[in-house]
Amino acid sequence: MRTSGLFASALLAAAVAAQPLAAGEVRVLNWQGYGTDEAWGVEAFEAATGHTVVHDYFNSEQEMLTKLRTSPGAYDVVLINSAFTIQAAEEGLIQPIDSAAISNFGDLSPGLRDAAEFRLDGDLYGVAWTWGLTSIAYDTEEVDPGNSIDILWDPAHAGNVAVRDDSVENVYLAALATGQNMNAPDDLDAIRQKLRDLKPQIRTFWSSEDEWNKEFAADAFDVAVYWSGSASRSAKAYGLPVGYLIPEEGAIAWLDGLSLAAGSANPEGALQFIDYMVSPDHFVRWDTEVGAPASANGVAMNQLPEDAFNRQVLGDPAATANLQFMAPLSDETRETFLEIWEETKAWYAE
Amino acid sequence: MRIETRRRWAIAWLTGPAYLWLAVTIFLPLSAMLYFSFQKKGPFGRHASEFSLKHYEAFFTKGYLQDLMWRSLEMGFHVTGLCILIGFPAAYWLARRIHGRWREALFLLIVLPFWSNALVRVFSWTIVLRPDGVLDRAVHLVIPGLPTIDLTDSYAAIIIGLVHSYLPYMILTCFLSLQAIDESLLEAARSLGARSWTILGRIILPLAVPGLAAGSILIFVPVIGSFFEPRLLGGPKGTVIGTVIEEQFTVVSNWPLGGALSFILLAIVLLILAVSAPVLKNHMRTT
Repeated sequence: MRTSGLFASALLAAAVAAQPLAAGEVRVLNWQGYGTDEAWGVEAFEAATGHTVVHDYFNSEQEMLTKLRTSPGAYDVVLINSAFTIQAAEEGLIQPIDSAAISNFGDLSPGLRDAAEFRLDGDLYGVAWTWGLTSIAYDTEEVDPGNSIDILWDPAHAGNVAVRDDSVENVYLAALATGQNMNAPDDLDAIRQKLRDLKPQIRTFWSSEDEWNKEFAADAFDVAVYWSGSASRSAKAYGLPVGYLIPEEGAIAWLDGLSLAAGSANPEGALQFIDYMVSPDHFVRWDTEVGAPASANGVAMNQLPEDAFNRQVLGDPAATANLQFMAPLSDETRETFLEIWEETKAWYAE
Repeated sequence: MRIETRRRWAIAWLTGPAYLWLAVTIFLPLSAMLYFSFQKKGPFGRHASEFSLKHYEAFFTKGYLQDLMWRSLEMGFHVTGLCILIGFPAAYWLARRIHGRWREALFLLIVLPFWSNALVRVFSWTIVLRPDGVLDRAVHLVIPGLPTIDLTDSYAAIIIGLVHSYLPYMILTCFLSLQAIDESLLEAARSLGARSWTILGRIILPLAVPGLAAGSILIFVPVIGSFFEPRLLGGPKGTVIGTVIEEQFTVVSNWPLGGALSFILLAIVLLILAVSAPVLKNHMRTT
């Protein structure tokens, strides 16, 4: 028994050794233009490993799931928002990942790497790759931000606050401010009251990044809810004095992970590709040349230039400790959130 | 008899296409929406159709929906009232005082806003009304030292935008009524010693009622259902029943609630028309 086992291992080793380095294709499913398909990155990976990279794209999370369902075995690596990872795992669309195969795994921020959204029955189904926030931006010339989400409710900023006219975002913020799990808040009345209390604070609703920048530049508001990537652009590309606050109560976060498709024909190459994607090499070049969301890799974040927004604001491990990740919402929950927000807006309009 | 049959056929042929058109473009979509408004859930996803009154009940149990409905009606009355105040004198001027080329030129100016996209009109108002905007600068040019004028995100801004958008309806309908008034009636009144105010109150206004009524309906009905003018010009102050209905369709795909609120709005409009119709009729009969 033992000898035959040994014999089999030897045979296997020989087979692996006999294979050429170019083991085959790595087929990637992702949003178009979202990091994995940067030409320089693909070339570097192909040169280093001998695998060729082929991309296919989706335009919505639902489309991504549909592609995995209808074409099993057609993909190796797939980008999945952490809100959908468990669903994909439960449906058997992706397979567990051995974290030992990812050499950069130890460098990933623990708060993101170990997120419950990536795990099912103790197995790892997604490797944390990139993330971003909806939180609070402020005017660095006029505001001392402190470290609490209550800055939005601070009478010192009455009539100087802007939020987006979005039911989900505002209910989430009120849930954070009242110390609740934003994806499953149990005290909706507290959220209603918290949103009502915002009435004297609100100067305006903003609806687009462009509008936000213009109104901020015109000094229409000093404190406003904003997206981290947009705040980065406002500071970097437009030179606006924008600071970004990640409150101690937490912030609304999205987290994207890279997963290994079920039935992958080239799991080894797929894991190598994932490993390269979460490496500092790829991220630093991506962020400095193209502009990227924040990396889940703390070491990569620290290799960004000192003044990079991603490093200054989002690179702090303490800041990422209390994030709450957006989960998929049922129709009923969406309707409830909208009702709360519309009722609040009716109160604002009075 | 044969001629009679032929005539019937002719009428059917001539009016048929119009009725068919109305049926396809108005009746079918409306009845589909009426059907959905009595459904528990919208047309998306896999679920059996299930009759429900809960979306109509929602209006009567949720105070904020009634508040917003009332707010929209109030907005409708304000806009219609202002359109009468501005539009009637303007139409009178056009119909009775201005003639020839000038009238054509003025008409062109009145109709001109109709040729531009409604969204463009609303956005131009935001440029006019914001601090350091056109209005602010103009006022400060005349009277320096005044505090900044900022009308953005206010009820006043919504009313200004809506009056600007709908005023031409009032001017055009009143113009048609006023132009049709026989000049000899006014001459007769004058020769009997009536003053201008008496002529206006006893002859011109009563004869212009059809135009005022038509203009008011043309304005009131779309204004109470409006959503993008209040949203863009009112900001946090711009929530009305129209924006709530729109968000049911665009944000949560809750067609049943959006449909139910639309039909309640429609019912209220019909009620208002039903109440005001006898008044108007009486009024016209006495004149």
